[in-house]
Amino acid sequence: MKKRFTLLLIIVLFVSMVPLFAGGDKENVIKIGFNIPMTGDIPKVGEASKFSAEMMKEDINSAGGLEIGGVKYMLEFIYQDNESKAESAVAVALKLIEQDKVIGIIGPNSSKQAIPGGEVADDNRTPMVSPWSTNPATTKGRPYVFRAAFLDPFQGPVAANFATDQFGAKTAAVIYNLDNDYSKGLAEYFTAAFEKLHGKGSVIAYESFGQKDQDFSVQLTKIIAAKPDFMFLPIYYNKVALVLPQAYDLGWDGDVLGSDSWGSAELVTLAGDVVKGKYFITHYAAAGAKGATKEFIDRYNAKYGYIPDDVGALSWDALGVMIQGLKGMKEITGDIAADRVALMESIKAIKSFAGVTGTMAFDSEGDPIKEAVIVKVSDSGEFVFEKAVAP
Amino acid sequence: MLTTLLQNIINALQWGSFYSMIALGYCLVYGVLRLINFAHGDIFMVAAYIGFVFVGFLLKFMPGSGMYGWIVLAITLPVTMVLTSMLGVFIERVAYRPLREKGAHRLYVVITALMVGLVLENGNLAIFGASSRKFPEIIDKVVFTFGGVRITNLKVMVIVTAIVIFIFLQTVVNRSKIGMAMRAISYDKFGIPLMGIPVNKVVVFTFIVGSSLAAIAGVLFGMSYPVLDPYMGMIIGWKAFIAAVVGGIGDIKGAFLGGFMLGFIEILIVSFFSSNLKDLIAFTILLIILVIKPTGFFGVAKSTKI
Repeated sequence: MKKRFTLLLIIVLFVSMVPLFAGGDKENVIKIGFNIPMTGDIPKVGEASKFSAEMMKEDINSAGGLEIGGVKYMLEFIYQDNESKAESAVAVALKLIEQDKVIGIIGPNSSKQAIPGGEVADDNRTPMVSPWSTNPATTKGRPYVFRAAFLDPFQGPVAANFATDQFGAKTAAVIYNLDNDYSKGLAEYFTAAFEKLHGKGSVIAYESFGQKDQDFSVQLTKIIAAKPDFMFLPIYYNKVALVLPQAYDLGWDGDVLGSDSWGSAELVTLAGDVVKGKYFITHYAAAGAKGATKEFIDRYNAKYGYIPDDVGALSWDALGVMIQGLKGMKEITGDIAADRVALMESIKAIKSFAGVTGTMAFDSEGDPIKEAVIVKVSDSGEFVFEKAVAP
Repeated sequence: MLTTLLQNIINALQWGSFYSMIALGYCLVYGVLRLINFAHGDIFMVAAYIGFVFVGFLLKFMPGSGMYGWIVLAITLPVTMVLTSMLGVFIERVAYRPLREKGAHRLYVVITALMVGLVLENGNLAIFGASSRKFPEIIDKVVFTFGGVRITNLKVMVIVTAIVIFIFLQTVVNRSKIGMAMRAISYDKFGIPLMGIPVNKVVVFTFIVGSSLAAIAGVLFGMSYPVLDPYMGMIIGWKAFIAAVVGGIGDIKGAFLGGFMLGFIEILIVSFFSSNLKDLIAFTILLIILVIKPTGFFGVAKSTKI
C-alpha cells in the first residue's frame, strides 16, 4: 500500500512538471499573463478582458506576429482566474511570473486584487498593467505597475462637481461596500470633494455594507430619513441591482449618481428599469462613439454578440499599452529578467497612446492622464454619452 | 424619529423572517439526528435557483404580471418544494445515511455536510456559471404606507409565511404521531427502532420538511433580493445557524425567535451605531449570550451536543 502511494506521488510529481519542460524552450514566442476574475463575484469582468485580449491576439498573430528589433514574435496569452479574491490574485501573479515566465501581466481588474497583485509584480520586477483598477495604491511607488483607467481621487471630484451642476445638490448621501478598497476609497474621495464644495457636514449620511450582504433596508432607511439631495453609489453593478429597488420601496425620491463600477453590460440585465435615466461616471461611452473606438465596438459586438463594457475597452487599451511598450523595445534577449526591465522602461517612455478610451500618457506613478465620461442609462438600456470631464 | 424606528422594526421583521425560516431547517434536522446540516444554506441557494429556472420556464407561457403572477407563484412554490425535497432526501440517502449506518462519529457527518455544501455551490457554479442571475419579478409590487412607514406586499408575505411555518412545525412536532416519532428518535436513537418505529422513514420525512422550508425561503428570498449567485446561501446559512444556536438549537421556538433576534440585533445596531460595525457588534452580543447561557435561550443541556 505504502509503495503504491509513493509511486503515485512520483507520477503526480512528474506529470505536474511536464508543462515546465514543455513551455521552456519555444522560440519567438512572447508570453503575456492575465490575472483576471473568471469566477467569483464579477466574472463578466474577466470575460470581457479575455474577449478583448483574444481579439487583439488574433489581429497580431494573423499579421505574422509582433516585430521587435527586426524579429517577428507570436503572442501567447495565459489566462488565470483570480476568483475575484485578493489572495488568489497574489497566487496567480506568482504563478504567472515564476512558473509561466510571462514578460508582463494584464490585470487584476478591481483594486481589491490589483493592489496586492501589483505588489507581487513590482517585487518580482515584472511589468503589470491593470485595466480597471482606480485606487491610487495600485501603482503608488511601484515603477513596474501601470494602469489604463483614471484614478479615484480624480473620479471623486468629478462626481461632486457633476452632482452640483446637474442635480443642484447641496447635500449628499453615500452608501458603499465596506470590505472593498475601491468602493471605500472612492466614497472617501467623493466625501472630501463634496465637503470642499458645500462645507463640512454636507454629506449627511454615510453608510456601508458588507460584500455578502443582501439586505440594505436599514442603511437606506437612515439615508432617506436624512433627506439628502442625492445619493452617490460607488458600488458594483450586482449590488446596484439590490440597493436601488430597495431604496425605491422605502420611499427614496431623490437623484442617484453611480461610479465606474456600474459600467458593466450586466447592469441593466440585473437591475432592470430602476437604473434607467440614472447617470454614472465611466471610462468610455459605447453609444455615440466614433473612429477607432467605434471600430473596436463594432468588431467586438459582431464577434461576441454584445456591446463591450468599459472593462472590455480598458483591457484592450491596457494590452495596447503593453504591446506598444513591447514594440518600443530594442530586442528580446531571451533573458526574461532583463526583458522585463526593458519592457518597463519602454512603457514608461510612451509619449502618447491613442486608445479606444481616449488618448493617454503616463505620469511618474504609472497613472494615465486622460478624460472621464459621464453617461446616462437610456430607456433602451444603452449607456449614452452625457459629458466629458477633463482632469 | 418614530417613523424611522417603526420602519426599522418592519425591516428587522422581514430580514429576521429569512433567518428564522433557514434556522428552522437547521433546527429540525438537528433536533432529530443531532446532525448540524451545514449544507442547509446551500440547499436554500439551490432552491432559489430551482425557483428561478421554473419561473423562467413558466414565463414563456404566460405573462408575469397581475393575476398571472400569482398563478406563476402558486405553481412555482410547490414544484420547488418537491424538487428541493428530492435533493434533500437524495443528500441524506447518499451522504448521511451510509455514515450513520456504519456508526461513524457525528463529527464525520458534520464534515460530510460541509462538503455537501461545497459540492452544491460548485455544482451550481458549473451549471449556471459564475454570473449573477436576475430572479424575474412575478408579482406586482404594492407599497402600503402608514404615516411614513412603508411596507410592500412582498414583505408582508415573507413575515406571515415565517409565522405560519413556525406554527405548522410546532403543531406537527408536538401534536402529530410522526412528530412524536421525531422527538423519540432525538431522545434515544438506539432504543427507538426496537419499539418498531421506522427510523429511516422518519429521517426522510424530516429532510422533506426541512428542504421544503428551504424551498419556501429560497423562492421568497429570490423575489425579495432578486440577484442570485452560487454563494448566496453560505453567509446567510451560517448566520441562521448561529441564530438557531443562540435560540437553543433543537428547539423550534428557539430557532424561530433566534432568527428574529439576529435580524433585530443587526438592524438596530446599524440604525443606532454605524453600519461599519454591524457584524462585529452583532456577533459580540451573540457571543456574550452564549457565554452566559451556553444552551441558548430555549435549549436543554445535553452531554452529547457537539
